[in-house]
Amino acid sequence: MSSTDIGTFHSVARTPYASSAEAEPPVTSNPADGPAWSNVKAPDARSQQSSTVTVTNGRRALKVFLSNPNALFGTSFLVFVIVIALLAPVLYPDDPLSMVGRPFLWPGQDSAFPLGTDSLGRDVLSGILHGSRISLFVGLTATALGLTFGVLVGSLAGYFGGWVDDVLVRLIEIFQTLPSFVLLVVLVAIAQPSATTVTLAIAVISWPTVARLTRAEFRAIREKDFVMAARSLGYGHARIIFREILPNALPPIIVTSSVMVATAILMESALSFMGLGDPNVVSWGSMIGTGRELVRTAWYLTALPGLAIVFTVLALNLIGDGLNDALNPRFSQDR
Amino acid sequence: MPALVRIGRTLRRTLLQAIPTMLGIVILNFFLLQLAPGDAADVMAGEAGSATEESMAALRSRFGLDNPVLVQLMHYLNNLAHFSLGFSPRYGMPVADLIGQRLPGTLTLMAVALVIAICLGVVLGSLMATFAGRLPDRLLSIFSLLFYSIPSFWIGLMLIIFFSVKLGWLPSGGSGTIGSRLTGWSAFVDKARYMVLPATSLALFYVAIYARLTRASMLEVKNQDFVRTAYAKGLTPFGVTARHILRNALIPITTMAGMHIGGMLGGAVVVETVYSWPGLGRLAFEAVMGRDFTVLLGILLLSSLLVIIANAVVDLVHAWLDPRIGAR
Repeated sequence: MSSTDIGTFHSVARTPYASSAEAEPPVTSNPADGPAWSNVKAPDARSQQSSTVTVTNGRRALKVFLSNPNALFGTSFLVFVIVIALLAPVLYPDDPLSMVGRPFLWPGQDSAFPLGTDSLGRDVLSGILHGSRISLFVGLTATALGLTFGVLVGSLAGYFGGWVDDVLVRLIEIFQTLPSFVLLVVLVAIAQPSATTVTLAIAVISWPTVARLTRAEFRAIREKDFVMAARSLGYGHARIIFREILPNALPPIIVTSSVMVATAILMESALSFMGLGDPNVVSWGSMIGTGRELVRTAWYLTALPGLAIVFTVLALNLIGDGLNDALNPRFSQDR
Repeated sequence: MPALVRIGRTLRRTLLQAIPTMLGIVILNFFLLQLAPGDAADVMAGEAGSATEESMAALRSRFGLDNPVLVQLMHYLNNLAHFSLGFSPRYGMPVADLIGQRLPGTLTLMAVALVIAICLGVVLGSLMATFAGRLPDRLLSIFSLLFYSIPSFWIGLMLIIFFSVKLGWLPSGGSGTIGSRLTGWSAFVDKARYMVLPATSLALFYVAIYARLTRASMLEVKNQDFVRTAYAKGLTPFGVTARHILRNALIPITTMAGMHIGGMLGGAVVVETVYSWPGLGRLAFEAVMGRDFTVLLGILLLSSLLVIIANAVVDLVHAWLDPRIGAR
């Protein structure tokens, strides 16, 4: 995903920016920055806004990303999880919620069930493999929806300013003041839990962060000379927003999106842990939720799905870090 | 006193901005909750096992659930104007009392977790910044990223397995020994023992954020001229780090801490579930399940208020940490 996005971004960004780029400090100005090790700060990226926009060279960004061992590890693990999610119905065609063996088999006890069975004799490995499907589905779809809406709102608010900005900022503020997870629980409970409603609800609570970020970027870029040039050429608002400003505002949004997927997966698992997930689908969170009652006798039922969550989310966060280093080379961001 | 005037002006501005936000929150939530299928009377009838049409209607008219939506909204706003959060049909007591019972538990949990997170995060972040780019920095960075990736409910359960089940050191749930008549110091120790695990599980996620934030902002401050001046006049490295670098690096951290109050309340819902901690998050969850919308509205309103207050406090802390901010 990263290579294509950055590629198009590169081609659009290069022309209007070539002159202003020379004023920027060199990328490797910070002595603390080793070449192999770069700054890990993706979670904070959502609070950042770059008021000065640097030219991001797509090929250079890709090279930085690919030379980062952590990011590579994250990417390969994510690819592994995606392959597993796609292959799960082939490897374990049976319903993971059906009883297949003796209950409470510990991992390694029976070679037919490498990760053991739960209190009802359901195969834990099959559950974990199938659980990756719902986690990835919810994570990716919710992020896509939240990104679309957030970018739309944020770009409108940042580009037009004035009363549009006032109204939209008020809306963002309302959503950011409400505790998001409490709101999520309320939304899912109202709409009856299912994979679709959980996805929509997570999108509803995650768009304000994107909107805020996009708005800040747009406000900074709106004043640049090339936007003025585009305006004086008579370009329409839509063209300026989507073809001129948005490509230049993308890097922080791309970084945020990988963290958003991670957060969405965490939220989905927390919801299904509390019994608010889709009841007809096995998910990592619901496996932990049922294993919780037996935590004293059969703790592997809780531990194993949790490890699946931790590693998937860790992989996404590593990717986010790698993207952040590749796309936001300036060490210090103006807050 | 210009300082007091400044603080007063900041507070007044915050208050004026908060009122429309709060009103928007109330109205939004109200209509959101009207979308939910079923009301408190349905759930109460369901739990009682049987109910006639007449008794359901009586329940509804008693709590005003049969009025048109707009009338209910007006009624609720009128209540709010009189500083009343309404009456819970399900618990049979005023919502304010209900929340008042649960609020202290959640607030202590959040406060302890926040203190743990900030202290640990700042220490880890300072270490990372001091050794930036070297092995300790790399290891701690990976660790902080790991903390950031662990779901709080899962680490909560793992801590229970380790410290309660295997080692038997700490209790696995609740907020105090039931029926104990401890006083003074021993009562405090008892409470603290029940607090350790939930607060740690809630804090771990934020430790990661603060550690990374401290590292980033300390590295940023480190290259500024006044730090070089401080070294040049012969201060010890520790003194420079603690008094000159860290103090300036704390500003983004306090901003984030203010923003995290709402998030922590959400995290508390999950952690309270794991540790059966009698708090606000648990109450919110029960209220959702019982379709007790007055309670839910009250909780959402109160927690939003908490977020606004936290942000106001952060503004004041900023003014204290950096006089230039208040002067603007």
